[in-house]
Amino acid sequence: MKTGPDKNGHFGPYGGRYISETLMPAVIELEEAYKKWKVDKEFKEELRFYLQEYTGRPTPLYYAERLTKKLGGAKIYLKREDLCHTGAHKINNTIGQILLARRMGKKRIIAETGAGQHGVATATVAAMFGLECEIFMGSEDIVRQKPNVFRMKLLGAKVTPVTSGSCTLKDAMNEALRDWVTNVYNTFYIIGTVAGPHPYPMLVRDFQSVIGKEARAQIKKFTGRLPDLLVACVGGGSNAIGLFHPFLNDKKVKMVGVEAGGHGLKGHYHAASITGGTPGVLHGNKTYLLQDKLGQIRETHSISAGLDYPGVGPEHAWLNDTGRVKYEAITDTEALEGFKALTDTEGIIPALESSHAIAYAMKYAPKMKKSEVMIVNLSGRGDKDLETVSKALNYKL
Amino acid sequence: MAKKVLKNKVPGRLETLFTALKNEGRHALITFISAGDPDMATTEELIYTLERSGADVIELGIPFSDPMADGPTIQASYERALKKGATPGGVLKLVGNVRKKSEIPIVLFGYYNPILAYGPERFARNARRAGVDGVLVVDLPPEEADELKGPLDAVGIDLIFLLTPTSDTSRMDRVGRVGSGFIYFVSLTGVTGARTALSTKIPSYVKKARRHTGLPVGVGFGISTPGQAQEVCKSADGVVVGSAIINIIAKTRGKKKLLGAVGDFVSKLKRGVNRA
Repeated sequence: MKTGPDKNGHFGPYGGRYISETLMPAVIELEEAYKKWKVDKEFKEELRFYLQEYTGRPTPLYYAERLTKKLGGAKIYLKREDLCHTGAHKINNTIGQILLARRMGKKRIIAETGAGQHGVATATVAAMFGLECEIFMGSEDIVRQKPNVFRMKLLGAKVTPVTSGSCTLKDAMNEALRDWVTNVYNTFYIIGTVAGPHPYPMLVRDFQSVIGKEARAQIKKFTGRLPDLLVACVGGGSNAIGLFHPFLNDKKVKMVGVEAGGHGLKGHYHAASITGGTPGVLHGNKTYLLQDKLGQIRETHSISAGLDYPGVGPEHAWLNDTGRVKYEAITDTEALEGFKALTDTEGIIPALESSHAIAYAMKYAPKMKKSEVMIVNLSGRGDKDLETVSKALNYKL
Repeated sequence: MAKKVLKNKVPGRLETLFTALKNEGRHALITFISAGDPDMATTEELIYTLERSGADVIELGIPFSDPMADGPTIQASYERALKKGATPGGVLKLVGNVRKKSEIPIVLFGYYNPILAYGPERFARNARRAGVDGVLVVDLPPEEADELKGPLDAVGIDLIFLLTPTSDTSRMDRVGRVGSGFIYFVSLTGVTGARTALSTKIPSYVKKARRHTGLPVGVGFGISTPGQAQEVCKSADGVVVGSAIINIIAKTRGKKKLLGAVGDFVSKLKRGVNRA
């Protein structure tokens, strides 16, 4: 089932390199650098070192006993990516990419960010290696995620507000691409998710696969077998592919990617690209998009800024079409219930993104047998979302 | 390298134009405007004004919600056009209307998603029927172009590619194998929009691109004055001006004034081109 990408970056009909000619040499250069370094002993050792000593890997696989009992079904294990340095899985990828950037001699780092987690993870590694860093962030997200904006600034990054379009993640990505096209010779673009032109979907997947590799070993150690179900939220889909990919060849392991259903899939106030979208081309890849019949990209909505994106990684598009992974949508309201339930039962405040996965687990676990095992990727912690949640719950901070 | 003989025996409007210009020792003024900004009816009149003022080729932008290769001027222009209801179908209809009155070569310039949503084959067929001569899709490098190139080849429409300062000779060869009509050489690493300074490397870029593709080379991005147009045409076969015209469209109120202002500016550009 691990199919792809092919040499031009296609997963079935998806993926590819739909970018301007100016960037073609840059992505080819990146692809070649990655091919060379990913098998290099020193590179691999350096990556392992930083993931362990700096990020705090391996992250625990925690049995959520009280949540399991409350739901009365399958045993729920949480992959604790929220315990990574900077508070989410995003840093697994930024460390990998900045190590590549250094070897390629790039002096300047740029990135787009939605919730700010990828921006923080990028600013963090740029600070650690003393590289210049600029983060593009939609002006709407800057308002929603103030603490992360301040964090990035403290880390020495320049945070550039993007005021075009819907002023969210997709527009930040447009602007990052415009910057890259302008400063292509000295700049490395650290894309935060498994989308964008080849080789990014493959590269980011490989760096995030550490999640699934660890989880696979951990669950076998704890339960003596493979899990029955994997659950992860999907915006662009990096934490999900990170968990799923090492299990793709294990036919009995079912997988569900949980998209942001916003106010529901009937209207346009959601960000569920696979369950509510159609194939198209945006940001360098062919994939499922939220678009109108004429191919114009729609504005999206999710309570969680990190899922508020009209596309999804091309490998997810392909895994959907092949039926290997099922994709479902969870609404804002359900996600908030997930947020509250995990906080109440386990003393863990999850990110609103991850709360979508929790909410799906809460719906589905009771339908499973008590002997069955589910792993939910807790991709990030919820500190950044306290303001959003307080508003939603009508609580004055 | 000699250009391969196209399957379509009858030379198209672009080939005819560039051959004629070459024989006369002249250069092409290629003007870009967004279709539907400020509205389709005005765009049609703008096309006639551009032609009367000396434009040799019209590039029409197909508005897209996420124009990643464009600077603020064209982004805003596409937003205005989309608000007025511009669609790929509407752009083709506009070209059909223009063809009743004008034989000027028309190139559609855009992003792939609206064309993909329209359907590449249907797009090619209807573009042919409307009288489109060439299509340039910014986010469709040769690696991904088959899906559109097949249908365009079948109806004899040129698929025009970009080359840029980052393109090495192997990319140029690759583009030369699939492209036709002309090469759109991007003068700088960056997005569209007026700039004050021109790269001094343009002549050497143009020479290389021409040698490796066997196609005429038009240079665009960042060119906004008659002096710059003249400078570029000393080495290039043509020059593309877009944002500078759109800036006039954005700030001029009233159709008559607008057509007058655009006409004056393009006449000046033409004088620059002719001095080269």
